[in-house]
Amino acid sequence: MIWVDTVVQGVLLGGLYALFAAGLSLVFGIMRLVNLAHGDMIVAAAFLILLLVQGLGLNPFLAALLAAPAMFAFGWLLQRFILNRVLGKDILPPLLVTFGLSVALQNGMLEAFSADSRRIPIGPLESASVSLGGITVGVMPLLTFGSAVAVIVVLNQIFYRTALGRAFRATSDDPVTASLMGINPRGIFAMATGLAMVVVTIAALYLGMRSNFDPSIGPARLIYAFEAVIIGGLGSLWGTLAGGIIIGVAQTLGAAINPEWQILAGHIAFLVVLVIRPRGLFPRALD
Amino acid sequence: MEKGQRMKIVTRTRAGTITGLMVVVLVLAGLALPAVAPRSLIQDLFFILTMLSLAQVWNLLAGYGGLVSVGQQAFVGIGAYAMFAMVILFGWDPVPAVLVGGVAAVILAVPTAFFAFRLQGAYFAIGTWVIAEVTRLLVAQWKALGGGTGTSLPREATSDIMGVELIRTLFDVREAAARDILAYWLALILTVCIIGGIYWLLKNRLGLALAAVRDNTEAARSVGIDTTRLKWAVFLIAAFATGLIGALIYVQTARISPDAAFSLTDWTAYVIFIVVIGGIGTLEGPIIGVIVFFVLQSALSDYGAWYLLTLGLLAIAVMLFAPKGLWGLIAARTGLRLFPVQRRLVGHDINGGK
Repeated sequence: MIWVDTVVQGVLLGGLYALFAAGLSLVFGIMRLVNLAHGDMIVAAAFLILLLVQGLGLNPFLAALLAAPAMFAFGWLLQRFILNRVLGKDILPPLLVTFGLSVALQNGMLEAFSADSRRIPIGPLESASVSLGGITVGVMPLLTFGSAVAVIVVLNQIFYRTALGRAFRATSDDPVTASLMGINPRGIFAMATGLAMVVVTIAALYLGMRSNFDPSIGPARLIYAFEAVIIGGLGSLWGTLAGGIIIGVAQTLGAAINPEWQILAGHIAFLVVLVIRPRGLFPRALD
Repeated sequence: MEKGQRMKIVTRTRAGTITGLMVVVLVLAGLALPAVAPRSLIQDLFFILTMLSLAQVWNLLAGYGGLVSVGQQAFVGIGAYAMFAMVILFGWDPVPAVLVGGVAAVILAVPTAFFAFRLQGAYFAIGTWVIAEVTRLLVAQWKALGGGTGTSLPREATSDIMGVELIRTLFDVREAAARDILAYWLALILTVCIIGGIYWLLKNRLGLALAAVRDNTEAARSVGIDTTRLKWAVFLIAAFATGLIGALIYVQTARISPDAAFSLTDWTAYVIFIVVIGGIGTLEGPIIGVIVFFVLQSALSDYGAWYLLTLGLLAIAVMLFAPKGLWGLIAARTGLRLFPVQRRLVGHDINGGK
């Protein structure tokens, strides 16, 4: 029974990692952009939500709702005026620009908010739990997992049911042909990054409510997110969820054997999957 | 075509010859410097030289070899830890133990390459990073070397490093200062060997093959270049050099911890910024880059995080407005090549003769 419990906790943890990864997966899948600042953007959004909660006394969920449009605008502008200029066949320029952005964001936040650990307060919800057939699970992890699934369902609906989604898929497959059909890939890329930042806001909400955060934790979150995206396969959002769950379960199983092995076990799971399937489990697009 | 006026391929330029002479003068001056320089200058120069070496090696990997690794801190860390292991567990002198650091890095590089070469582009970058993290977490389990909190070189090992006694009598300095001088000399020699070695590689068959692969992989393969072997060669050479540098850095600091030795920021992020700001894919670029890096660091050292913020933004600005870096701007204006590796065809005919 203890093992079932461990696995369930791992799956729920995987939901959090899938949330971290969903925005990354979206951007990576559409424009092959490796955003090394993604983790720091999650932390920045968490600070934004915290400011709204503390400054205006808002409920965290309401604060996230207010932060989302601001983050969308940030993502749209970033893509439109900076990242679009360095996208191309060579992966190095975008990698380096986002690396620079990552270091700049981390240190900007360090100046603005100090290195203190923060947390978004949510009151009794933090420690609430429910019993599911003999296994007790926290309400927060359950809510996180539910949100991850909801985010992926919504993104998939956008992807496969709307004109914007069609443009996303077309640009992902072949930007040149897509632009011949009247799509402006640069505009599409800006929309995609804006949308990814909305997902980042949701990820930030749960990051901030579930654990302490400080300006330096971005890269560690980024690496889990990347692992989830790569395990899942390029351009597959459900794959990203599966990837998050694999990392989450590996981590809780590792921790159950020896607490020092938690993070190591997640990385090893990632390496094993890549040795067997170098392109991930469910790749939608060719890279 | 007249006899004796045959066309030939040359790489030599006048600026290159002058650079060669300058390098000899600079190195000799650098070796003599501890006689007059204060200890703080020697420490600054040690830092500059090691960062320059790391930058040149990353430049070889990414700028010439197209292998954009974000995991070079794995080789710095494993090199440093291997050196510590030889000193603490086997009682070696730290200086020869530096060589073991290089060997350990190659041993780690072989499985890393087997894994990472299956991955393309961005996947390769992330894959190398994950391997560096795995190595850090595994080393943190090594209790004999202090586990997660790290350890220091024992006093008896640091007090009788070979050569330190000689330096003490030579310059009449204290033991700690003598150790700094020794580390600085080794860093100077290592830097010259690394830059010279990379220059030599680029002027020879490997460099020609690398340039061909960089310009057009398919065409390069069609004329018989074994691209896989080439990637292996570059990756292993880079790992060996990075391991040596890592071990040497920790001979000087004499204190190690997994978080410091496997730091993404210190050993890969800064290094990448140095290469990018100076100019990727040139030997001159990292030299300019390390100077900018050091000047910025000294100028902004009182402002804490602002320094890194500036560095990050500068890297973004360079990528946007001068993708070939500061050296790229200089070279485009002046046509200057301090380390000429470009093969030019010269002869009577194309020089506008009869």
